[in-house]
Amino acid sequence: MLKFKIKRQDSKDAAPYWEDFTVPYKSNSNVISCLMDIQANPVNSKGEKVSPVVWDCSCLEEVCGSCTMVINGQVRQSCSALVDKLEEPIRLEPMTKFPVVRDLAVDRSRMFDALKKVQAWVPADGYHDLGPGERISPEHQHVAYKLSECMTCGCCVEACPQYSKNNDFLGAAAMNQARLFNMHPTGKNLRNERLNVLMQKGGISDCGNAQNCVEACPKSIPLTESIADLGKQVSKQFWNNLFSS
Amino acid sequence: MADQRVIVIGGGLAGLAATMKIAELGTKVLLISFQPVKRSHSVCAQGGINGAVNIKGEGDSPEIHFYDTVKGGDFLANQPLCKDMCYHAPFVIYLLDRLGVPFNRTPEGNLDFRRFGGTLHHRTAFAGATTGQQLLYALDEQVRRFETQGLVEKMEWHEYLGAVLDSEGRCVGATINNLRTGEIRAERGDAVILATGGPGLVYGRSTNSMVCTGTATTSAYLQGAKYGNAEFIQIHPSAIPGRDKLRLMSESARGEGGRVWVPKNPGDERKPRDVPEDERFYFLEEKYPRFGNLVPRDVGAREIYDICINQKLGVHGEMKVYLDLTHKSREFLDDRLGGILEIYEKFTGVDPREEPMEIFPAVHYSMGGIWTDYESTDDGFINHQSPRNQMTSIPGLYAAGEADYQYHGANRLGANSLLSCIYTGLMMGPGVNNYLKNLPEAASQLPSSVFENDEKRWKERFSDISSMKGSENPYALHSELAEAMISNVLIVRENDKLQSTLDVIEDIESRWKDIECVDTQDWSNPVPSFVNQLWNMIQLSKIITMGALKRDEFRGSHYKPEFDLNQPDDFDPADYLEYEEQKANGGVHKDQFAPSHVDYMERFEKNNEDWLKSSIATYNNGKPAVDFESVDTSLIAPRPRKYD
Repeated sequence: MLKFKIKRQDSKDAAPYWEDFTVPYKSNSNVISCLMDIQANPVNSKGEKVSPVVWDCSCLEEVCGSCTMVINGQVRQSCSALVDKLEEPIRLEPMTKFPVVRDLAVDRSRMFDALKKVQAWVPADGYHDLGPGERISPEHQHVAYKLSECMTCGCCVEACPQYSKNNDFLGAAAMNQARLFNMHPTGKNLRNERLNVLMQKGGISDCGNAQNCVEACPKSIPLTESIADLGKQVSKQFWNNLFSS
Repeated sequence: MADQRVIVIGGGLAGLAATMKIAELGTKVLLISFQPVKRSHSVCAQGGINGAVNIKGEGDSPEIHFYDTVKGGDFLANQPLCKDMCYHAPFVIYLLDRLGVPFNRTPEGNLDFRRFGGTLHHRTAFAGATTGQQLLYALDEQVRRFETQGLVEKMEWHEYLGAVLDSEGRCVGATINNLRTGEIRAERGDAVILATGGPGLVYGRSTNSMVCTGTATTSAYLQGAKYGNAEFIQIHPSAIPGRDKLRLMSESARGEGGRVWVPKNPGDERKPRDVPEDERFYFLEEKYPRFGNLVPRDVGAREIYDICINQKLGVHGEMKVYLDLTHKSREFLDDRLGGILEIYEKFTGVDPREEPMEIFPAVHYSMGGIWTDYESTDDGFINHQSPRNQMTSIPGLYAAGEADYQYHGANRLGANSLLSCIYTGLMMGPGVNNYLKNLPEAASQLPSSVFENDEKRWKERFSDISSMKGSENPYALHSELAEAMISNVLIVRENDKLQSTLDVIEDIESRWKDIECVDTQDWSNPVPSFVNQLWNMIQLSKIITMGALKRDEFRGSHYKPEFDLNQPDDFDPADYLEYEEQKANGGVHKDQFAPSHVDYMERFEKNNEDWLKSSIATYNNGKPAVDFESVDTSLIAPRPRKYD
């Protein structure tokens, strides 16, 4: 049998509470398959019938970012959390930097809003046939691809001491996207706009350089490198702005 | 016309492509998604996207791509659509390149292309082994840009329940369930596009994401839309077993040189690397010297089944074979396949760069889907201005991507799905826009009663579900449905088992009425929604099974051994074209062919007369019916498939 301690919360404003569950051990289990077992038999350790635990998930192969939660104190995707490698009781909690929706599901819309703020896109002229894009070296592609693997899961900002419900820090994920688009041959046409946003409150200067983000990233994206790189771009932009005004 | 808008349901590649194209044309779009669109199932696509750019100078061309696609689909696809798609494929790839997709590059800086199944050319552009994710992100970014401009409004965490139809049966909106508040509301839209993906969850565990229930398309079918080729479910040869889902191991692993084998001795318990070369059975390479490990997926899955079940050579005596990449360098593998190898390692604890992977076939894709229309041109392409393109049999209701039934016939080629999703989304834009222009009145001007009736109907439905107090757990019942489908409607199909499966489904349907809605809270309660989805999955499983039962032949992914025409080993498909030509010119010179070949060709011809048709399921008076309609094969003459 596997023991779970799950932090539950019935609604946005309700008080959280812990509930224990016991799930029959089966080989090759991950946290998700155990939550599915609870769905199919929603009974807690006291034998009381309860509502199934609510959590978000989609791809279950660590590429969509949906099922992120705090497992035994560590933020990660629950699909790739294999129970054989977890200490019991397995503690599941929602991420703390976002409003709880219900149980383990949180509202991460702030992360998507941040992508709007840094204009994380290529300003394409249109979707008609304009031929191929520019040639790009394999070395450039290697760097860009790594940055582009970010699935907006929230691990980096959960681990970040600066990112809180009470401030408007953009966070490592969005800054990493700003770097990605600033290095793209046409994405860089919005470079100044992005850097001006990063110069403001909630931007680059809010980073405390704790470097937790890079440790927490499940895709090993060099987030601190991205922030350092952007820091240089922002400084340069700052002086440019000063002298051109 | 003032105040018009299009509602797009689903934020995967097809939905996002349609959204950005329609927004580009200046029309407002309401984009509705079950979850943040950036998490849509398209992220799971790994290997790449096909387009005959011929970067390697191999003489590849859109015409060859077209031929490979039609042949891969065993000639069941309507050909003008396939042709138009393949001819537009290089443009689609170039567009994605412009939008910032970090495709792998050649040393010169050009887009790199890899091999994939069902073709002999390097035709697949790729971004590592997470191409679907990278393409989705690029489109997501473009849609976000339109969001900031006010042309696109997103409603995430909302579920499509059904189309709102006016008194003439025209779709004028969609009824939407807010997954947080539980509020049900009808949204007005002058056209509705279902880009809601496939129905893998009908089989429980598949390579699909947890949102792929096929509920939206099934809802359209239950409202009267035709559903095409439901029985054609693709089984991917290589997946990683898992308790919660079967994770995909991309075909690109074989495209980059991966070799499939089993030990020659059944029950060989040595570690794979300790099995000497001469004791390994590379069964695909031996049987298919030309295509080798890159046979199309239907062929690959059947061969693995044959090796494991009939020949009992499966690894550890199970339904598993080795997929071996250990002869490739670590650097090469990390560059081109990094993402999927990391996933394999994370979930199995084994490093596939050092040890051969253990893989097995899993439900992956639905070639079938909602029936959609098109308008072809005289030269066999598609008229992109036609409002008929991608329209379902319900006027104003459109479908795109895996949700539709076109493009892939009886079996999809790897890396054609990303193409078909983006191509359809972009291609349909002008036609949908023209449909809006020609409407007599905007949905915004219709009387509110049209929408209120539908809202009321769905509110009652959900209220009924929420008060269900029976004895069945909906999730456990779903597992039973999945078990029945996995057991009998998979790689090998037999009529008696299909018939008994229909009985099992009927039983599950009656037990559905005895469900207990295990969560009664109003706020953010996924259970009523799931109970409704389960009902739809039951209805869909019926037409998948009925279609399979009715189709007494072997075509593409639909394999009924009883009706295998048993192509002679030494048969050349070109002979069939000659045979057909002679027949058209007055008579076959039978002495020119081996007697067994003549016999085979006669049976092949007769089989096509009987079965080279799309199955069309309709729902009338609470009952499903399956009928057949003809396929447009005017561009490439159907012929026997051969890959050896």
